[in-house]
Amino acid sequence: MFAFILRRLLVAIPTLIVITALAFFMMKVAPGGPFDLERPMPEEIRQRLLAAYGLDLPVWQQYLDYMAGLVQGDFGPSLRFRDKDVAELIGEGLPVSLMIGALAMLLAVTLGTFLGSVAALRQNTSGDFAVMAFAMIGVSIPPLVMGPILALVLGVYLGLFPTGGLNFDRHGISVLVLPVITLALPQIAIIARLMRASMIEVIRSNYIRTARAKGLSAPAVIIRHALRSAILPLVSYLGPASAAVITGSLVIERVFQLPGMGAYFVDAALQRDYTLVMGVVVVYASLIIVLNLIADILYGVLNPRVKYD
Amino acid sequence: MNTLTDPRENEQALTQAAVKGRSLWDDARIRLMRNKAAVVSMIVLGILVVLAILGQLGVWVHDYDTIYRDRVSIAPTLENWHLLGTDAQGRDLLARTLVGLGVSLMVGVVATLVSLIIGVTWGATAGFIGGRVDQMMMRIVDILYSLPFIFFVIILMVVFGRNIVLIFVAIGAVEWLTMARIVRGQTLALKKMEFVEAAEATGVSQGMIIQRHIIPNVLGPVVVYVTLMIPVVILAESFLSFLGLGVQEPLTSLGRLISTGAQDMEVAPWTLIVPAITMMVTLFCLNFIGDGLRDAIDPKDR
Repeated sequence: MFAFILRRLLVAIPTLIVITALAFFMMKVAPGGPFDLERPMPEEIRQRLLAAYGLDLPVWQQYLDYMAGLVQGDFGPSLRFRDKDVAELIGEGLPVSLMIGALAMLLAVTLGTFLGSVAALRQNTSGDFAVMAFAMIGVSIPPLVMGPILALVLGVYLGLFPTGGLNFDRHGISVLVLPVITLALPQIAIIARLMRASMIEVIRSNYIRTARAKGLSAPAVIIRHALRSAILPLVSYLGPASAAVITGSLVIERVFQLPGMGAYFVDAALQRDYTLVMGVVVVYASLIIVLNLIADILYGVLNPRVKYD
Repeated sequence: MNTLTDPRENEQALTQAAVKGRSLWDDARIRLMRNKAAVVSMIVLGILVVLAILGQLGVWVHDYDTIYRDRVSIAPTLENWHLLGTDAQGRDLLARTLVGLGVSLMVGVVATLVSLIIGVTWGATAGFIGGRVDQMMMRIVDILYSLPFIFFVIILMVVFGRNIVLIFVAIGAVEWLTMARIVRGQTLALKKMEFVEAAEATGVSQGMIIQRHIIPNVLGPVVVYVTLMIPVVILAESFLSFLGLGVQEPLTSLGRLISTGAQDMEVAPWTLIVPAITMMVTLFCLNFIGDGLRDAIDPKDR
C-alpha cells in the first residue's frame, strides 16, 4: 500500500513537469506580452521591465528559472498586479474555490448516492422514473444555463437568495446556496445514474440473495452488503468528477461574481500574465492529481480484490 | 418498453428473424422506433436542424447582425416581427438564436468527428497491436485523463486567437480519450471472441471477418458514444463562449447568447430565456436519442 502511494506520487512528478512545460511554452508561443496591452511605453523602459522580470532571457532558461522557483514554493510575482505575488493572489482565491467545490462535491456524492440507490431499489416505479427524469434534466442543463436561470428566478424575482459576490457579513452562508447547487446539479445527476446502474447489478447477485435468505433485515442488507460494492464505480468516478467541478467553477465564479481562483484564470491568460496563469494551472493540476490518488486509495480500501503490487 | 423483456416476444422476434433474415441493425432500428422519447426527440431535433439551416440562409425578415438603434431590448412582440424580442444592442433575437443554434450544432458535429478520428485511430492501433505498445498508448491516455484539459483549451484559444476552426480542433483534441478506450477495449475483446475464431476456422477470409464481425461490433458502441458526445461538445463550446473565448461577434452561438443574456437578464430576461430553452431542448433531444440508441444497439446494458 505504502509502495503504491509512493509510486503514484513518483508518477505525479513527471506528469506535473509535462503539464507545466506544456502550459509554459504554449503561453510563450502566444504573440504579445504582459506589457503590450497598455498605452505604448518607451522601448527602453519596456526592455528594462522585461529584464527585471527575466523575460529577456531565452525561453528555456525562463522555464528552468520558473521551475527552480516553483520547487522552492515560489510562484513568482504577478506581471499585471504589480504589487502582488502569485502566491498571494492564489491564497486569496483558492479558499473560496475550494469551499464551493468541496461543498458541491459533498452534496453531489450524498444526494447522488441516495437518489441512485432509491431508484435502483424501486426499479420501474414512479419513484425510479422521477429520479431518472431528474438525472436527465441535470445532465442536459449545464451550469452556465442553470446558474443564470436560478439567479433570475430564485434571486431576482423571488428574492430568496443573494445572487452576487461573497459577502458573509451581510448575507451569511445563504450566499453559498445558489453557487453550490448549480455546481453540484450535473454531478448529482451523473452519480445518481451510476449508482442506480451498479446497485441494480449488485442486488441481483448471489451474495445479496444469501444475505436476505439468512434473515438479515432489508436495511442491513442494503447498507452493509449492497452499498459497499455498489459504490465502487462511484469511487472511480470521483477523479473525473473533481475535474468537472473545477471546470464548472470557472463558470460559477463568473455567474455569481465570486472572488475565486477560476475568475483570475481567463483574464490572466488574455493579459499574458504568465506567472499567474502558470500558478493557477499548477495548483489545479496538483489538486486533480491528489484527488485522483485519494480516489484510487479509497477504491482499494473498499475493494479487497485490488492488490497493490 | 416492458414488452421487450417479455420472453415470448423475444422468441417471436427470433423466429421472425430466422424467416426474414433481419440484421442486427434492423433489430436495433425497430427497438429504437419503439422508444417514444427517442422518436419524439428525433422529430424535434429534425425541426431544430431545419430551423438552424433556415437561420443560416437568412430567410427570416431580420438579419442576425442588423442593429435597430431605436428598438433596443424590446420584449417579444408582433410589432415589426420581433417575435422573440431584441437584445440590448437592438438585434432581432429570433434571428440570432437560429444562427447561434446553427453554430452550436455545427461545432458539435465537426468537433465530434475530429475526436472520432483521433480516438478510433488511437484505440484501434493500441488494441490491434497489443502488448507493450498497447500498454504505453493506454498509459498516455490515463495520464491525459487526469489533466485539467480545459485550461489548455483556454490557453490555446488565447494563444492562437479565436477562430472557429481552432474551436473544432481544440475541443475534438480534448474529447477523444474515452473514444480511444472504448474502441481499444472492443478491438481487444473481439480479437479473442469465439465467433471470430469460428469464422476463421470455417475458412472465412480476413476481409470478410473484418467486414461482417469486427466492424459491426465496434460500430455499435462507437455510434452510441458519438451521439452522446455531441451534447458534450456543444457544452464545451458554450463553456468557451461563456468565458468570452468562443466565436466572435457579430457571429454567435448558444453559449455566447446565454452569456450576454445573463448579463442583461434583469432588464431583458427574454435574452437569457430564449437561448437557454433552445439549448436545453437541443441537449435533451440529443441525450434522449443517445440513450435510446444505446438501449437499441446494446440492450443488455440497461
